[in-house]
Amino acid sequence: MSTGPGLESLVDQTISVITNDGRNIVGVLRGFDQATNIILDESHERVYSTKEGVQQLVLGLYIIRGDNISVVGELDEELDANLDLSKLRAHPLKPVIH
Amino acid sequence: MLFFSYFKELVGKEVTVELKNDLAIRGILHSVDQYLNIKLENIRVVDQDKYPHMLSVRNCFIRGSVVRYVQLPPDGVDIDILHDATRREARGP
Repeated sequence: MSTGPGLESLVDQTISVITNDGRNIVGVLRGFDQATNIILDESHERVYSTKEGVQQLVLGLYIIRGDNISVVGELDEELDANLDLSKLRAHPLKPVIH
Repeated sequence: MLFFSYFKELVGKEVTVELKNDLAIRGILHSVDQYLNIKLENIRVVDQDKYPHMLSVRNCFIRGSVVRYVQLPPDGVDIDILHDATRREARGP
């Protein structure tokens, strides 16, 4: 009952990546490897702030190195559509400290 | 190998994973691998108001290297089996 493929079930799905420096990047997973390096297509970064709504920065096709990845979340498009990002206020995520 | 086997026993149970960036995620343990990467289903971030960053995420993959704690249900542990396995592991290859 081990994970086996791991991220295989998420390929071609929209995912939300949290990186070690506290960034949140959303995009379509195209590929990955054993080191959790990932290829993210149509990606954009969501910048959270306490002063203004969520900012979205378009990035495009990215490779994110595995050592820098904390969480890979499966984005539920329905839930995401219900979110009003312009109203969201939050502190940016903290960086990972080993 | 011990903890990998131990987590495999816990698949299906609800756990809370606390990460090294202080984020804490509660969910059902779906799977684990040799790196102790964890896949959780039906997740709920512990302090959702402080961390709305994962509101649209149902299931997630957490890299083993970034886990600080895994909080387990108290009845998820068979202490005797764990002791035996630890002794075997300590005996060496």
